[in-house]
Amino acid sequence: MQGGLERATGEKMVLNFGPQHPATHGTLRIVLELDGESVLKATPHAGYLHTGFEKLGEHLDYNQYIVVTDRMNYLSPLSNNFGYVLAVEQLLDIEVTKRCQYIRILMAELSRLADHLLWLGTAALDLGAFSVFLYSFREREKLYSIFEKTTGARLTTSYTRVGGVLRDLYDGCVEDVRQFVSNFPKALKETHTLLTKNRIWMDRTKGVGAISADDAISYGLTGPCLRATGIAHDIRKAEPYSSYDEVTFDVPVGTNGDAYDRYLVRMEEMIQSCGIVTQVLDNIPDGPVNLEDNKITMPDKSDAYGHIEGLIHHFKVVMDGHGVQPPKGDHYCATESPNGELGFYIVSDGSGTAYRIRIRPPSFFHFQALPLMLEGGMVSDTVAVLGSLNVIAGELDR
Amino acid sequence: MSEENQVEEEPKPLVLEKLEANHADALLAQDESRGTIVVVIHKEQAYAVLEYLKTDPELAYTFLVDVTAVDNSQMESELMQFDYARFMVVYQLYSYQGQCRLRVKVPVHENDLSLPSVTGLWQGANWLERETYDMFGINFDGHPDLRRILMPDDFDGHPLRKDYPLRGRGERERFNFDKQNR
Repeated sequence: MQGGLERATGEKMVLNFGPQHPATHGTLRIVLELDGESVLKATPHAGYLHTGFEKLGEHLDYNQYIVVTDRMNYLSPLSNNFGYVLAVEQLLDIEVTKRCQYIRILMAELSRLADHLLWLGTAALDLGAFSVFLYSFREREKLYSIFEKTTGARLTTSYTRVGGVLRDLYDGCVEDVRQFVSNFPKALKETHTLLTKNRIWMDRTKGVGAISADDAISYGLTGPCLRATGIAHDIRKAEPYSSYDEVTFDVPVGTNGDAYDRYLVRMEEMIQSCGIVTQVLDNIPDGPVNLEDNKITMPDKSDAYGHIEGLIHHFKVVMDGHGVQPPKGDHYCATESPNGELGFYIVSDGSGTAYRIRIRPPSFFHFQALPLMLEGGMVSDTVAVLGSLNVIAGELDR
Repeated sequence: MSEENQVEEEPKPLVLEKLEANHADALLAQDESRGTIVVVIHKEQAYAVLEYLKTDPELAYTFLVDVTAVDNSQMESELMQFDYARFMVVYQLYSYQGQCRLRVKVPVHENDLSLPSVTGLWQGANWLERETYDMFGINFDGHPDLRRILMPDDFDGHPLRKDYPLRGRGERERFNFDKQNR
């Protein structure tokens, strides 16, 4: 018989998508069973970046573990730092200072912007829109300069500490961030004009990888992927942690739960994050950033070098069995990370090291639901769907 | 109002009230810790209780946030509390309707490491139970595809058990692919 399509019918082909492939966004692997160009079955495989983070948590003390959280979702390490220390602080029953809470929210929202920008750039790049990639990386670079000046690192930020943050904002940080957020909506509009009504972009993403609200809940989807199905759930609103109850913002939702809606939800979330950042900058109070509790936070360096009490406190905090020791018990703390619900479940036996740390990563659930979104579609949609989910291998496998 | 009335106890959370009314024999312990209600339930009734929590229209814990386990073998106080059950399987639930969380714990003894799978209730439980099996060796009866997920298929042991060393057993430079393929 002539004609490729007819000959393909009934003949199955297995395509190994990943783990080493530029469009898989990390070491993800999907085994696709194809009939011609349509996907009959998709089987995602996890574990190629398994690093044993949960086991490590049982051997590092509470402050040492912060550097491990950087490496979970490596697009927004500041959000992970925040979520983790919040869990430890809730376990300790302490609340950090107002200024510290505002600084953390500021950094978490900026990292949400950075995460969504990288997602936007790579998702568009996968579908052939190269300019969007350059536009979003241009903006992301400005954010990373702010992160670098604040934390000393671009990726491995390790900015938060139990009971505070590494250091206060640098001089001029408020002005830098203000300048960024005042220019950002205009820059994002450029992307809107390139993609939102673009015929090709709409054809490639509308109705592609759709998931219903009921399925999304059953599969445990959270964050933008859940909101794209029409459920207006945001942990920042439902269970306001830190000072999120003092800022106002909207929770954007979609209707169809497809790749296009996930795109629109994330685009609107970036605008909302800008609003939160502006409110934080307007209302950020003065005062100490670190909790003044010598058993939990490090004393000021001048104190450690100049006074014997300071020196003693300094050593006590880092010595095993003398520093941060939450009471016996367990606690689950969820935060709204850029990808969805990032939860830390910590079991403490009263010592300086956690008895068990469990990380509930949003990507794990998104990757699991992939077959539902791929099967019955075309093989070229695989890239569009995977791009729209923003699965991060670092937090998927931990 | 007299002073005695003012120290009146807060009303019991609805979920505890309903569980006591419908599944009293399954409840081993209940607690409220840092704003989250925690219930410990019998393994035999675990599926029935979880199904009840999900399907009851007033409770509607429709979102299975997480399934994991804790190896309590080095925590004597926990061991003693639940008849020396080595593992505690922990379910985190969330109700979109009531906007509240619930933690359900199920003690599992080492000599009978099986537990009914909840994949029939939540699709998302599939990988969570696979990971718990992979890391702790707990078998979920009725699971459609109980394989390792993070560790390689030919891996020996369960890394998150407390008797598994941090540096692993028998470090290796590479996995022996040739042997597998032969």
